[in-house]
Amino acid sequence: MLSLLWLIPALPLAGFLLLALCGGRLTRPQIAWVGCGSVGTAAVTTALVATDFFRVFPERESYQQTLWNWIDTSGMTVGISWYLDALSLLMVAVITGIGFLIHLYSAEYMADDDGYARFFAYMNLFVSAMLTLVLADNLLLLYLGWEGVGLCSYLLIGFWYREPEYGAAAQKAFIVTRIGDTAFAVGLFILFTQFKSLSIQQVQSLATESWPVGSDLAIIVAVLFLIGAVGKSAQLPLQVWLPDAMAGPTPVSALIHAATMVTAGVYLIARMHHLFALAPLVQEVIAVLGLATLLLAATSALVQHDIKRVLAYSTMSQIGYMFLALGVGAWSAALFHFLTHSCFKALLFLAAGSVIHSLHHEQDIFKMGGLRRHLPWTFWTFLIGAAAMSGVPLVTSGFYSKDWILWSVWSSPISHRWIWFGALFGAMLTGLYSFRLIFRVFLGEVRTQPTGESGLAMRVPLVVLAFLALTVGFLEMPHTLGNVTVFSQYLSHALPTTEVLPGIDESSEVREQLAVTVAALLGIGLAALLFLPGSMVASRWTDQSTDHSSMTLVQAGWGFDRLYDRLFVRPWFSLTRHSGDMLDRGYEWLAVCVESCHGWMSHTQTGHVRWYAATIAVGTLMLLGLFAL
Amino acid sequence: MALWLLILIPILAAPFAWMGEQWSRYAPRWIALGALAVDFLLALLLGGHSDRVQISGHGVWLVESHLSWIPRWGISLHLGLDGLSLVLILLTAFVGVVAIIASWTEIQSRVGLFHCNVLLALGGVIGVFLAIDLFLFFFFWELMLIPMYLLIVIWGHAQRRHASFKFFLFTQAGSLVLLVAIVALALLHQQVTGRPSFDYGDLMGLPLTTDMARWLMLAFLIGFLVKLPAVPVHTWLPDTYTEAPTGATIILAGILAKTGAYGLLRFTIPLFPEVMTEFAPIAMGLGVVGILYGALLACAQTDIKRLVAYSSISHMGFILLGAFAGTELALQGVVMQMVAHGLSTGGLFLLAGALEERYQTREMGQLGGLWGVTPRLATMALFFACASLGLPGLANFIGEFLVLFGAYATQPLMIILASLGMVMAAIYSLGMMQRTFFARQRDALTAPDLSNLAFGTVLFIAALQVWLGLYPKMVLTTTRPVMKQLVQPAVASTNPTHLPSQSLLSSHIVTSQGMTP
Amino acid sequence: MLSTPALVLAMMLFGLGLIGLLSRRNVLYMLLSLEIMLNAAALAFIAGGARWGQVDGEIMFLFILTLAAAEVSVALGIVLQLSYRFRTLDADAFCEMKG
Repeated sequence: MLSLLWLIPALPLAGFLLLALCGGRLTRPQIAWVGCGSVGTAAVTTALVATDFFRVFPERESYQQTLWNWIDTSGMTVGISWYLDALSLLMVAVITGIGFLIHLYSAEYMADDDGYARFFAYMNLFVSAMLTLVLADNLLLLYLGWEGVGLCSYLLIGFWYREPEYGAAAQKAFIVTRIGDTAFAVGLFILFTQFKSLSIQQVQSLATESWPVGSDLAIIVAVLFLIGAVGKSAQLPLQVWLPDAMAGPTPVSALIHAATMVTAGVYLIARMHHLFALAPLVQEVIAVLGLATLLLAATSALVQHDIKRVLAYSTMSQIGYMFLALGVGAWSAALFHFLTHSCFKALLFLAAGSVIHSLHHEQDIFKMGGLRRHLPWTFWTFLIGAAAMSGVPLVTSGFYSKDWILWSVWSSPISHRWIWFGALFGAMLTGLYSFRLIFRVFLGEVRTQPTGESGLAMRVPLVVLAFLALTVGFLEMPHTLGNVTVFSQYLSHALPTTEVLPGIDESSEVREQLAVTVAALLGIGLAALLFLPGSMVASRWTDQSTDHSSMTLVQAGWGFDRLYDRLFVRPWFSLTRHSGDMLDRGYEWLAVCVESCHGWMSHTQTGHVRWYAATIAVGTLMLLGLFAL
Repeated sequence: MALWLLILIPILAAPFAWMGEQWSRYAPRWIALGALAVDFLLALLLGGHSDRVQISGHGVWLVESHLSWIPRWGISLHLGLDGLSLVLILLTAFVGVVAIIASWTEIQSRVGLFHCNVLLALGGVIGVFLAIDLFLFFFFWELMLIPMYLLIVIWGHAQRRHASFKFFLFTQAGSLVLLVAIVALALLHQQVTGRPSFDYGDLMGLPLTTDMARWLMLAFLIGFLVKLPAVPVHTWLPDTYTEAPTGATIILAGILAKTGAYGLLRFTIPLFPEVMTEFAPIAMGLGVVGILYGALLACAQTDIKRLVAYSSISHMGFILLGAFAGTELALQGVVMQMVAHGLSTGGLFLLAGALEERYQTREMGQLGGLWGVTPRLATMALFFACASLGLPGLANFIGEFLVLFGAYATQPLMIILASLGMVMAAIYSLGMMQRTFFARQRDALTAPDLSNLAFGTVLFIAALQVWLGLYPKMVLTTTRPVMKQLVQPAVASTNPTHLPSQSLLSSHIVTSQGMTP
Repeated sequence: MLSTPALVLAMMLFGLGLIGLLSRRNVLYMLLSLEIMLNAAALAFIAGGARWGQVDGEIMFLFILTLAAAEVSVALGIVLQLSYRFRTLDADAFCEMKG
């Protein structure tokens, strides 16, 4: 069964090809069957491969499969080859599983759209590229997937191509991430020049052998990889594209811009952890960047009007937590948060999509309200998602993953206390903005009349995801609470265990957990105080409150867009607008010179035969005279 | 003799194509297609056959033909085929077919003469790729120029006179410099051995003083850089590509540019290996400037054909960069880039020509929202835009990345600069898609989609792009012996103690830390 | 020496022809002047041949004779065309090739 591994990325690719080449000739149900079916079978194949993987490799080492040699020349050997270990299996399971649910959801959500086949074609291509990314055995193949998901993200953000703003958002997403990709590529050049190999495992083992910890090259390569990861995962300072990326259809935001693609950066860093371990300085930078992003995004999420933008900022914020965990060396915790996050964030996006769907594509939360009665399924699932995101203790998955991260930050030898406080404050903000959404959208009076609950194809994914958002957390519980270590056991062979500061005991862990619990609950309580309709403060915090001039800065994601606009975009445009081909002008000038010379000389060309004869005679005489002299 | 057939088939078919006009409007097209198809198959056959002859190549040609011509001056009809020329001849015949299909509906006046010129030009190009007597090489070099000039000046667009003049002047000036250098080489050979010779093999081992070699190399370089074209002698390109009819543009961009690159690989580098290494940083610098300058100007264009033209300059920069990097990997990348660029610009110009034919404009500002009107055209344009921005999995990516990987060992800083071209490529490619095919549709823009013939052709090119992008082995193994040989003398001459497996100049970055697994 | 007067005569003839060519505006007269100049040159060849006792001079003379005949036949054809087109034989009237 393990040999079926290649089918996992190939099936969605086949679906893409089928839809791209003859999507016009298929009926809508057929398109939906192909689109969902290809990802569904990939999910089933994943399950088969996974069972076999556990059977063949009880220690969960790794399985490799080479399809063919991609490039094999002049000292460079790169194969189209897959690498399956616990880490990539986890990613594949999430991508195919949640991907399938989102495809199912889209079958109904996009039912009225003209580009039905196009949508599923792009989505399938995305899934295929993403699977290539996580299954790649070498960095070049990983780069293929990396760029492939970027392309699909571009295509899907600009899916409704008639709107110029959507196109601009799509371009922005692609170009900003491309900046990161370029840095990543330079990292590949350095690694290849050094080690004559691009295999992920080989490069890392060679690097640990030949580079001392903290050596220049290790730091440079790690920084370049980090820039790539930061671009893809929308972290500071390349985070500006993600809020705009919400222009795409909501299932796209759920799949690409929440559950899978934006976590590719996390995957990359986790995959290259040996390399990052050689550059502790860079790890510290990762932690600080993660913290900065999570705070910045959380504050921005607090004042957004657009429901999808709130979720976009919350995604940035949650990925900030993952980066933070990676930065302090809590690799498994980052991946655990990735797992829970992709469940509850996909859920939140899909539920938000359900709201938007029933409100005729209204996305402003100030025009929503009181939807609890009309959309009960959506409400309850959204509530579960929001609770998981804010980390409601004991019952939700978000609590366990966030607690693990915060505990790692607290206990890690390479962390600082202030980082922990920042992250704790972020946890409080998470509760605040999540429940702000709940209170605004689902409670209070009805402002826009909804059309009613959506159909089964949209409800089933919601329920499944809600179930997962509640239960996935039980895979890993701290030893103060049940001490379940299924997840960290599972990843133990792929990722190193988290280092713990010596001298940390259980009582401090309990205190730390209490702090996290209090922070989350405090956030929710604060939200109730501020935004619950009918509460004292809520009446004063009316719609206009977020339109204060002081708020607009926060609302615009702390003004990074404007800063980059001034620094890069405008100079670039003025450069391209005013630059004709300067060199060409030089040649044209030469031509003009020659032409004016020739105009001047042509005056001697009178057209009179006798004049020519006379000049010939005079010329001959002069020549004779010269000879005579 | 088969090599002569390769050249003569298109040249002999040319007058028939001209006469064919009297029989039917389509006769010239079919004659031209037939001739190129036969040529293609013949080249394939030669390549396949020579597999058994063994692609070992140490100065050995796969197929060689040697006839005496003017023995007094050491001129002979000497043709030779190796992996590099084989790949390029296949590309020539294929792109020629694409060019003819692209002109299927566009060219309606003097159809016969058009195809006659196309065949003559292609015959000249194939001659250039085969000739290894420098005099013969120059003969073919000029032979391809004149039909190209006619194609532009007769069937071009509004500014065709200006454009064709510029094209002719630039390329002719470059050729003359080249001619002087070729004759000088032959005379130097006479000084040394007592008889002049234009033969590649004779001239290769010619001992030259450094000063002389420097000047001759410069002359060769100028001749080829104009054709490539590289900054700063690129300015004929945008005008010419824009004003030429679609078919001619495809030939110009897809093949003629490659003759410059071929010249660099075949003549400049092997003939003057020592001076070449000395000059490499400057040439690579020109390549990087070309990449960035071309990309910057591509971003500034509003005319879709001009945009593609400037993007071509940018892509040619990679070729220059790789050709002088002095590592086998980079040279392999150059070959790949040549093939990939031939395919991708062929497709892009075909589509741009189709757009122009439909809407009578090349201004992207006047287009927009065509995705809904002409979905086939738009989808294929998206594909080729992706190829042009170097999306992995397509052939251009292999070319660019092999060049960058190979050249990083010699010039890390330049490669980092060149990588910025990748970001800029994204900006202009996506900008082209956005302005032309996305955004709001204009009312007047209704037109038929791509014809089945054109669509089939572009789809086939796309399939080739994917195939070469995922399985570039076919090209890479064919050219590898040639490239290996190209690196060897340079290494031997600059640093005799250098290990043969390690490439030129790479020593200062591949330190002892970098052990080969 | 015998050749000197002949050369002087040739020079005078050539000068007369040149002056005629430059001063006459009628194309026909210009052609006549041209013939005189050609013959002057031919005379110089004869003189030269006689001076060195070589036969080359006479051969050149024969060449010039045939050349002159050929030239006249072409030139007269052109003159006929010119007079037919422009209705004049004034050489200054034909200046369409002016730069």
